[in-house]
Amino acid sequence: MAAGDTLEALLRASFPDATELAVEDRTGGGDHFQVTLASGRFDGLSLVEQHRLVYDALSEPLQDGTIHELRIKTKGSAT
Amino acid sequence: MSELRDQIQQIISTEPVSLFMKGTPQLVMCGNSDRALRALQSAGAPVTAVDVLPDPQIRQELTALSGWPTIPQVFIRGELIGGADIVEELYASGELARRLDDALGADRDATVQTAALA
Repeated sequence: MAAGDTLEALLRASFPDATELAVEDRTGGGDHFQVTLASGRFDGLSLVEQHRLVYDALSEPLQDGTIHELRIKTKGSAT
Repeated sequence: MSELRDQIQQIISTEPVSLFMKGTPQLVMCGNSDRALRALQSAGAPVTAVDVLPDPQIRQELTALSGWPTIPQVFIRGELIGGADIVEELYASGELARRLDDALGADRDATVQTAALA
């Protein structure tokens, strides 16, 4: 499975309610990613707390070096 | 707690705005560090930059302290603000300037200095 698909599966598992979920391989090299994610889990949280939830979901690929660079755009359920 | 971690904690707690980055403001080694630095400067922040590249231990100890896995990391008066995406987003919305105003006052000067870890 391509790294981007793995990331998407991990995020889908952590955010089953996601109304928007996209993982873009920014360079085509399979290690620079842009994650865009809308979920009710983000409602009422600060941006730091929101990004922490994404980092938590992706802790494995972050630790094993699959992800060299990660850009995150989070949205609550209202937007 | 290691001596290095103490030094990092000291910078985070005492510097008005600290930026842990790859490279230096003069020679930025990573696009995201550059994005964070530019957003801070545009918001008029007095930035104290710390290069994490000289020793892998720096990044390890920093992440142990902050619980944030990626570089760059921005702190205002000891509080983790976030990485490049958050700092850019806060700058675009005007929130970054408001937070700097709240923490440091409105008549601050945009400056850049570097702090080295011994």
